Amino acid sequence: MTSEFQSYIDRPYQYGFTSDIEADQLPRGLSEDIVRAISVKKNEPEWMLEFRLKAYRHWLTMSEPEWANVTYEKPDFQNIIYYSAPKTKAAKGSLDEVDPQILEVYEKLGIPLHEQKMLQNVAVDAVFDSVSVATTFRKKLSEAGVIFSSFSEAVHEHPELLKKYLGSVVPYTDNFYAALNAAVFSDGTFVFIPKGVRCPMELSTYFRINTKDAGQFERTLIVAEEDTHVSYLEGCTAPQFDTNQLHAAVVELVALENAEIKYSTVQNWYAGDENGVGGIYNFVTKRGMCEGRNSKISWTQVETGSAITWKYPSCILKGDNSIGEFYSVALTNHLQQADTGTKMIHIGKNTRSTIISKGISAGKSQNSYRGLVKIAKSAEGARSYAECDSMLIGQECGAHTFPYIEVQNPTAQVEHEATTSRIGEDQIFYFLQRGIDEENAISMIINGFCKDVFRELPMEFAVEAQKLLGIKLEGSVG
Amino acid sequence: MLSIKNLHACVAETKTKILKGLNLEILSGSVHAIMGPNGSGKSTLSKVIAGHPAYEITQGEVSYFGKNLLELEPDERALAGVFLAFQYPIEVPGVSNASFLREACNASRKHQGLEELDPLEFDDYVREKLKMVEMDPKFLDRSVNVGFSGGEKKRNEILQMAVLEPKLALLDETDSGLDIDALRIVADGINKLRSPERSIVMITHYQRLLNYVEPDFVHVMVNGQVVKSGGRELALELEERGYDWVQGAA
Repeated sequence: MTSEFQSYIDRPYQYGFTSDIEADQLPRGLSEDIVRAISVKKNEPEWMLEFRLKAYRHWLTMSEPEWANVTYEKPDFQNIIYYSAPKTKAAKGSLDEVDPQILEVYEKLGIPLHEQKMLQNVAVDAVFDSVSVATTFRKKLSEAGVIFSSFSEAVHEHPELLKKYLGSVVPYTDNFYAALNAAVFSDGTFVFIPKGVRCPMELSTYFRINTKDAGQFERTLIVAEEDTHVSYLEGCTAPQFDTNQLHAAVVELVALENAEIKYSTVQNWYAGDENGVGGIYNFVTKRGMCEGRNSKISWTQVETGSAITWKYPSCILKGDNSIGEFYSVALTNHLQQADTGTKMIHIGKNTRSTIISKGISAGKSQNSYRGLVKIAKSAEGARSYAECDSMLIGQECGAHTFPYIEVQNPTAQVEHEATTSRIGEDQIFYFLQRGIDEENAISMIINGFCKDVFRELPMEFAVEAQKLLGIKLEGSVG
Repeated sequence: MLSIKNLHACVAETKTKILKGLNLEILSGSVHAIMGPNGSGKSTLSKVIAGHPAYEITQGEVSYFGKNLLELEPDERALAGVFLAFQYPIEVPGVSNASFLREACNASRKHQGLEELDPLEFDDYVREKLKMVEMDPKFLDRSVNVGFSGGEKKRNEILQMAVLEPKLALLDETDSGLDIDALRIVADGINKLRSPERSIVMITHYQRLLNYVEPDFVHVMVNGQVVKSGGRELALELEERGYDWVQGAA
């Protein structure tokens, strides 16, 4: 049965195709000149270049962290292409001006960019290698006062907002990869919800790495002013190459008083083959600042791809009564490695955090949950609840949990629960004995295990996520 | 309907022999009790019939309505009407009892060429069955067997049997761990499911269950074989004289 289940898990990656699209690239390698060249390519104002250069100079003083429970050959930063953009200039005024070949790529990925064909009520920003190629529904959104644009455009159109918020949650000094990103980031998404607006539709960014040896370094910045609500989703895929590609993104969220940001990720970067050759290094810094009273930030992630996933979407709960949530499903198979979790930093009074983490390990993969719950002295009446469940499939994989809890206020209530289970022969046999075939059995068991997380996803994507797990996990137990 | 001839089976991993030339005949619509001391192979027999992968058949035949049962995969056996009530029912977190039952019921209906039931139709169907085992409809919303008491798990097995309407039901120590009230409810459920089209095999240590569900035949297993078969009175005799009385026969 083990081999059957494994073969079910081992369905091929369906987004691994490459598209031959002519690219405008900078030469390989990283130097101050490259940083300047990126800035020139993007026709950036002086302040933006300054930000990059400070970050670059700081990065030079840093060394790559080694504390994570992952092993890999460190990227050769001089062998990465830091800027690669499709040559045909995508004029954002109209989708008709986007290179039809690129539209085709997104079509093939199931993300049609023509508005009439799109998912109802979901606006998409499509990022292809280093640049944003299309942003849909902009008009409808701007009527509501919502800014939803590529980062490059925002630099020109909303410099004051960017100067105020860029790097305010994740400063370039934060960590090695955040510094690198700040120096070389080429595009990303900017969202601004002005006071009192409930964003009328789901926003999403779809990231696609196309060029071999290109790194993807995008930034996402979402600012929700007082009394607002926004739900945002990102999706990611990449072609199948036998070399590793680096994806080092930074996501910053700012929620002011009574604002709510819901940030969902369905990550399906290429994971490498069954021998661990190729695949994306997904080294991402994601953090949200609950700045105002009663604000709320909720992270939901379904991580199924990447050779290595290394990220901790976090919340700083500064405003009184603010709420941070983290719902995660991380699936690893073959030789994939994941070290993921969250940080909940309670500063304001009566702040609350909830962490639900579901790790599924199959093949020879290693899956770690690492999480910090910190209750500062000022966080009177803070509460935190964490639940970390691991599921093992087969005999050769590993699941690890590293919870860190620091409590400096005696009124806090902190709970942590963890379980480990195995999809075993007996569990599958129970389903088979009731006439339910193995494929359905596994899908039901996995979806049951992940239910608490899936129900946090926007409806349009919950179904997709379930299917994705089905594809990644089709068939193995022991 | 079920005919077992000279069946030998061992644990697949360790090759430890458990069944050693077992013979058993089950007629359509009959109720059987299989009794025997610990380690005699009773539970193994039920798992082997259901096709549990932990056991390997080394010799012998099992024919089911004239067909070779051993050739079928476990789910094919289930669809052909073989049902096993587990001694230790498995917990499935996050999967509601209702969706599990509906999936199983629809797999069976599909196999029989019947229309699948949608959630509303299934709800009507299952509510009737719930009454049979005196279960609260709230059970349907709970995860399969998670947080169920021992008695609730056993009742849930009988509920599944009621929903799936098998031709051959193997009840593996369905009476163990039940208090007297739960035993009565489970036994009532089994009695309601007795039918000329359904054979029931109860595996039990105690003759207590047989006071409630009267078997047509009683078999005694010792050391991987059926060493004695008889009517209802055999169970009473065993109760009185203990298994030592039949041990010698093996």
